Amino acid sequence: MNAPTTAVGQDEASPGTHPSGDERFARIDEAMQKHAFEQDALIEVLHAAQEHFGYLRTDLLHYIAHGLKLPSSRVYGVATFYHLFTLAPRGEHTCVVCTGTACYVRGVDRLLAAIEAESGALPGQTTPDGRITLEVARCVGACGIAPVVVFDGNVEGGQTEDSTLDRIRKWDHHGSE
Amino acid sequence: MDQNELRSIVEAERSERRPVQVRVCTASACLASRSREVAGRLRAAAEGAGLGDRVDVREVGCLRLCSEGPLVKVEPEGVLYERVGVDQADSIVGAIGGGTAEARVGDLSEPFFARQLPIVLENSGAVEPERIASYLAAGGYGQLRRVLREMTPQQVVEAITRSGIRGRGGAGYPTGLKWATVAKMPPGRKFVVCNADEGDPGAFMDRSVLESDPQRVLEGMAIAGYAVGADQGYVYLRGEHPLTIRRLRLAIDQARRLGVLGSGIFDSPFNFRIDLRIGAGAYVCGEETALMASIEGRRGTPHPRPPYPAQSGLWGSPTLINNVETLANIPAIVREGADRFAAIGTASSKGTKVFALAGNVRRSGLVEVPMGTSLRTIVEEIGGGAPEGRSIKAVQTGGPSGGCIPAAHLDTPVDYESLKALGSIMGSGGMIVMDDRADMVDVARYFMEFCRDESCGKCIPCRAGTVQLHRMLVRIRDGQATRDELHRLEGLCEMVRHASLCGLGQAAPSPVLSTLRFFREEYESRLIGG
Repeated sequence: MNAPTTAVGQDEASPGTHPSGDERFARIDEAMQKHAFEQDALIEVLHAAQEHFGYLRTDLLHYIAHGLKLPSSRVYGVATFYHLFTLAPRGEHTCVVCTGTACYVRGVDRLLAAIEAESGALPGQTTPDGRITLEVARCVGACGIAPVVVFDGNVEGGQTEDSTLDRIRKWDHHGSE
Repeated sequence: MDQNELRSIVEAERSERRPVQVRVCTASACLASRSREVAGRLRAAAEGAGLGDRVDVREVGCLRLCSEGPLVKVEPEGVLYERVGVDQADSIVGAIGGGTAEARVGDLSEPFFARQLPIVLENSGAVEPERIASYLAAGGYGQLRRVLREMTPQQVVEAITRSGIRGRGGAGYPTGLKWATVAKMPPGRKFVVCNADEGDPGAFMDRSVLESDPQRVLEGMAIAGYAVGADQGYVYLRGEHPLTIRRLRLAIDQARRLGVLGSGIFDSPFNFRIDLRIGAGAYVCGEETALMASIEGRRGTPHPRPPYPAQSGLWGSPTLINNVETLANIPAIVREGADRFAAIGTASSKGTKVFALAGNVRRSGLVEVPMGTSLRTIVEEIGGGAPEGRSIKAVQTGGPSGGCIPAAHLDTPVDYESLKALGSIMGSGGMIVMDDRADMVDVARYFMEFCRDESCGKCIPCRAGTVQLHRMLVRIRDGQATRDELHRLEGLCEMVRHASLCGLGQAAPSPVLSTLRFFREEYESRLIGG
């Protein structure tokens, strides 16, 4: 009961952490310090925040705005302008379908339609059980092996409807494999 | 770092080299086919066969024939293995020094390789992108050193001007002229920016160059910095490409630690520092004024030019912005001399161009050919033509800002002017082959959807125009539009083209106009009332 959990508990209680006790705020602080709290570093700091929190919660945006002495509107504006930043939590697994030209020419629409039908999610959405987030990418740059799908960060080429659905069903059946 | 240190690193690197090199491609496409695992198994196989002191397994950059990956090349035997599986490692090692491996052997004399002329890609697949010593042993940073010792900044600018190289990012602006403009600005803070925001769908040239030979681009930037009088460089990279980010970050660290970047480079008074800036997924940031806004941490929206970045760029200082491929050419131009470079290509387009060949084509991958090579050579000879039983219908160049060139014009030479005359552009080098199954109205719709989604929303012609154009294209594709609507589509294309603020909007109608020009019957046959 005590031994495995104390390490985390101590970190949370260490001085200088965010009042919530969430040590991840220290990572944002580090990113801001690295750039000497320059306002120009906003995008770098947002990257760091998303990397550690998974998505950009509203309170994070306020925290960063405060740290860099920027209006919240500016931080929100930048966070919503760029596609890679997400303001909503993501599922346990992500399935990113490349819709670049080579993938398009090689019939990725059918692949995408099959995934939508299987998961019930549209691009940008997460399944209601929070298991899978479906996204589309403009081009992941692996055009030589189109069509390409990125499963949890692993790029896989030469996808067919069967191979893609197989992967997704595995996620369904084996939980957080 | 001084001359002796450089020499000792190079000598150490060369003396450690074992007689046989097994080069495993670890660029994106091959990595996706598990090439790193193949490399591991090859290493184990070499150890197991007692060849540990004779065989080097090296993780190199792109070996170019992406569609047949994972690729493994054995040197000096010059054997290329294709679609290598982990279970073939033992057999490949067994075949070293004579013998046949149970693996598919590629033909290096086939046009895919034989018709190429690697300059930008000369080190690709040979040097190890994650080890600067490997680049130094291939002569790397020798040109930066030479420039610092033997040439004045003006001489460097003159050499680049005389070489005739034009920007490889798409627009083809003369690089020498751009350098001269920045160099002529009064001394003070200046910047060099490498535009690595390769956003065209279907394009992977710049990322391949950066993943295969990142130091080369850094060397090119440092030479540019010396020529124009800048001491700070930025590489603006896409956040979507984690491998590229990792390799470039590593490359910058290694260069800084060795002192080929930093203060007093090669014992000269020249200082040059390079930092990375990671984009966050906005196509418009490839446009130079939007890119600068993004480096400054703002929304990536463009502003009207003039002032041009060369006069007033990052934080108001003169800024030289060049594309990855342009910068990768610089060390070769300095080494070979401007005149030798200018001898390659056509009258107005000098040197080579790297294309990312993909789509409905038998062999896809990275292709570097002299400017002026015909599309037919690239697509039919190098690419092997359409898949079995299909024929080529069109070749798309220039991504969402380009157009579709029909099969009838395949003999067109690839140079800036010829492609422009056909309503397309050179672009950054994406080349997508479409076969007879392609629906050209839907192709136009596809690119318009892209531009609609990527419009930054600052100017109305682009923001609203792309939405309307996309809607019209859907209606035409689905057979719900009248002839009148087709006319309105054409009119709106002209409006968006002339009234948009930046290149994204100005070029957004290009795929529509080019398909209307060459495939008009596909539009007309779907109109209500014929």
